[in-house]
Amino acid sequence: MSLTILNAVIAVVIAIAFAALNAAYLVWAERRGAGRIQRRPGPNVNGPLGLLQPPADGLKLMTKQLIIPGGADKALFMVAPVLAMAPAIMSFVTIPFSENIVARSMNIGVLMIFAFASLGAMSILLAGWGSRNKYGVMAAVRAVSQNISYEIPMLITVITIVMMTGTMDLKELVAGQSGGIWNWNLVPSLSSPLMPVAFLIFFICTLAETNRAPFDLGEAESELVAGFHTEYGSMGFGLFFMGEYANIVIGASLITILFLGGWGCPLGLFPGVWWFLLKIYLLIFSFIWIRWTFPRTTIYGLLNLSWKILIPISLFNLLFTAGLLKVF
Amino acid sequence: MSGPIHIQPGETFILNVGPQHPATHGVLRVKMEMDGEYIVKAETVLGYIHRMHELMGENRTYPQVLPNLSRLDYLGALGYTHGHVLAVERASGIEVPERAEYIRVITVELNRVASHLFWFGAFVMDLGGFTPLMYAIEDREYILDMLEAVTGSRLTYCYYRFGGLYNDIDDEFIDRARAFIPRMRKSLKKYDALVTGNIIFRKRLEGIGPISAEMCRKYGATGPVARGSGINFDVRKNEPYSVYPEFDFDVPVYDECDSLARYYVRMEEMEQSLRIIEQGLDKLPEGPIMPKKKPKLIKPPVGDYYQAVETARGSFGIRIVSDGTKNAYRFKLRSPTYSNMSLFDEACEGMMIMDALALMGSLDLVIPEIDR
Repeated sequence: MSLTILNAVIAVVIAIAFAALNAAYLVWAERRGAGRIQRRPGPNVNGPLGLLQPPADGLKLMTKQLIIPGGADKALFMVAPVLAMAPAIMSFVTIPFSENIVARSMNIGVLMIFAFASLGAMSILLAGWGSRNKYGVMAAVRAVSQNISYEIPMLITVITIVMMTGTMDLKELVAGQSGGIWNWNLVPSLSSPLMPVAFLIFFICTLAETNRAPFDLGEAESELVAGFHTEYGSMGFGLFFMGEYANIVIGASLITILFLGGWGCPLGLFPGVWWFLLKIYLLIFSFIWIRWTFPRTTIYGLLNLSWKILIPISLFNLLFTAGLLKVF
Repeated sequence: MSGPIHIQPGETFILNVGPQHPATHGVLRVKMEMDGEYIVKAETVLGYIHRMHELMGENRTYPQVLPNLSRLDYLGALGYTHGHVLAVERASGIEVPERAEYIRVITVELNRVASHLFWFGAFVMDLGGFTPLMYAIEDREYILDMLEAVTGSRLTYCYYRFGGLYNDIDDEFIDRARAFIPRMRKSLKKYDALVTGNIIFRKRLEGIGPISAEMCRKYGATGPVARGSGINFDVRKNEPYSVYPEFDFDVPVYDECDSLARYYVRMEEMEQSLRIIEQGLDKLPEGPIMPKKKPKLIKPPVGDYYQAVETARGSFGIRIVSDGTKNAYRFKLRSPTYSNMSLFDEACEGMMIMDALALMGSLDLVIPEIDR
């Protein structure tokens, strides 16, 4: 009994450490990547290649005073950053990094991750509302409508995959794609010819769900100052920041598991955790690349994209795949 | 996107955009009455950095006020000092050597390119794309280095003198300017590939922020804002000054009236400025840069003098009423951004806030120049 508890504690500690480390160093990677793209060095002063920048930033954020604006709803204001980080860490628990590296394997892993992911919108809403700032409220309204609109095509796409594979267990999803690139869900097969489209929809939705550019309307700095975290300083802001990057890692992991064969090698050789990490970091790099290339969309452009394009296509994909599954 | 507004009484709120806000690029305050994301009414509040340049112009001698002019618009400062020296030269009848006038035109056009480059970067940043700013600044640095070598400063120049220039340009400047033209043309192609064709960029600007020609006339908007609304007016062509009549260049005019048209106008103006610089370098005459005979003390005869120049932001007018002393009796500046800004209140009614701020970015505001 006590061994089980110990195991669980170790697993959770590793999940938190992984999430926090990733969040910290993805900020560094993002800034270095942005520097490369913009032909400037990026952070390069603290430590070799600026690698000590994240600890320095973390230390600074943690030692700063947390200022609660007058008239703010104190409880909501304090809860919101926690709600940004906690679901992200919880989601890490079910993600299988390889056949054996998984904190807690569940047969409803997909469902659990999406349940926690939808809590993320809650934190943005509470932050905007609780900080009693007009920019914050406007950003919160935007972010929530955005998250709701993009969860629908995302979930429809997931349903399509679950229908095809017949499992919600992340490990089994990966096992079903083992043996090389031609077995991946991304590659169209006879019964699922529209999978590349589904991948594209899922990719766009992940960008929107994690509030990444070009869909970062919740923190559109040129009109809403800093959006929902305008009033946050010190570690409150730090938690939002870390939550955002943890969510990016989860989004990349989900794409990898659902479409890119998880820890499998493209050639079917030597499957292992390194393939998984390679895939998620390549995806994260593409997120960074997109962010520093595109301007921001408008709120109506964003909602139009979801309701008029992505949802009809994903619904059609669902019905089409269901029909094909019936035939074959 | 401007949409129908159905306002319930008491359902609107006031949003203060500024005085400190990332989109206003300075201390401009816009009081917006908002209905959700829609702007019901906007009211621009000016005067946060009013420095009384006009009064200073009346209390100082003509040469003393010259540095003030470059503090109006820190991005295209040479154009403003150009206006002042032209006005005073016309008032006191000072002859300017041809070489000096050519160098003035070359440097003013270089400054215009630098100003438009910075606008380009800042405008795309207003739309959420951060990278083009860095590219634009890299090219702008080249111009600033060039101008620094010859004028002695990077931003607030005091290069022109009544009758000529402070410093002659050397061969190095000419070589660098010649090297700059093909480099900038390449960059313009790069910007075009990076930004203009981008679907998000086009969707955010096409048909957004319409400013009709009537509205431009009503508020006195000039420069790229007016030319984006189909008004073919450029002081360099319509009221030629300096040696501009000797140059062959076009005035880009677009009839679409939207933010994209204003973007196109400025991007094409950079190309036209490059053409002017190219011709100026080819035709550059030899000779002195200051006249042989020049009054020691500038005392224009009694009269009312006006000189308009085309700066990067539009038509800049300077009116000097002289009572024959060494100070101006009345010193009035007509700054283009002030007029361009004043149409914002009417233009943004019923728009969504993000489109309104994109429109504001397309007006190319420099706040110190509005407040003077």
